[in-house]
Amino acid sequence: MKITLTRRYSFSASHRLYSAQLSDAENQRLYGKCANPYGHGHNYVVEVTLSGPVDPATGMIANLAELDPFVQKRVLDDFDHRYINEEIPAFAKIVPTTENLCIEIFNRLRDFPGAHLQSVRIEETARNSFEYTGPAAETQPAQSAQSQPPPAARTRKG
Amino acid sequence: MVTITRSIEFSASHLYHNPAFSAEENRRVFGKCNNPRGHGHNYTLEVTIAGDPDPVTGMVLDLAELKQILEREITQRMDHRFLNYEVPELKGTIPTCENVSAVIWHLLEPKIRGCKLHRVRLYESPDLFADCVASGTPSRTEACA
Repeated sequence: MKITLTRRYSFSASHRLYSAQLSDAENQRLYGKCANPYGHGHNYVVEVTLSGPVDPATGMIANLAELDPFVQKRVLDDFDHRYINEEIPAFAKIVPTTENLCIEIFNRLRDFPGAHLQSVRIEETARNSFEYTGPAAETQPAQSAQSQPPPAARTRKG
Repeated sequence: MVTITRSIEFSASHLYHNPAFSAEENRRVFGKCNNPRGHGHNYTLEVTIAGDPDPVTGMVLDLAELKQILEREITQRMDHRFLNYEVPELKGTIPTCENVSAVIWHLLEPKIRGCKLHRVRLYESPDLFADCVASGTPSRTEACA
């Protein structure tokens, strides 16, 4: 039996799905209203899941008094009430789909000390959610001999 | 394989305190969770069972039976109780979400017959939960790979 701990956070931000590698007509076809020129917003929910041994002295995988300020500083302070495309440098050339948001936020949190970051799951709306568990080599040891390309921006129908 | 999930709620109080720590250390590590009189939560427990539907009944497990197991093993033991003092299985442990979920797993696992306990998810609040999953259970991502 394996135990994980999951903490949910939220932030509100806007984005626009638009790929500079595609024409305006292709962007409109692919992303629909998500490509509207001024962007639009969501209340994002971020689920951070940690795994690791339960410390017998504290009964904890991770102390929330350490995790909460870490997530606040690494993620929420930067993303909350911002326009992701223009105010988060990582998205200057990457489409801010929630897939790519999962990867960016995972990378920002992966060096949390004291517990293993197992996954980042993001709810863009109550009906859309996305999850990233890190590079395949880390989550599937059996395939670790294969070299894995770094995660790249991908497009998604809006 | 099919999974079925049943949710129950129970309300209980607890506090975090390690007698091996000094008073200052308890305060520093556990914060307000160390307040001496304890505090409470409305816990939500999701229990997921996995198996193949019985060809005669079409059920993985009769939900009435699962309901009885949860009532007997969890609700009667933990609902409206002070977890530190009134639940013997938690004696000597700090009743964090992680430890309470593990105790629930060990209480339920031997009671589930004809199918397998797949996951125990215990919400201490809507924003915090612990999962216990059977060893070797692929994660959602691996299962889809």
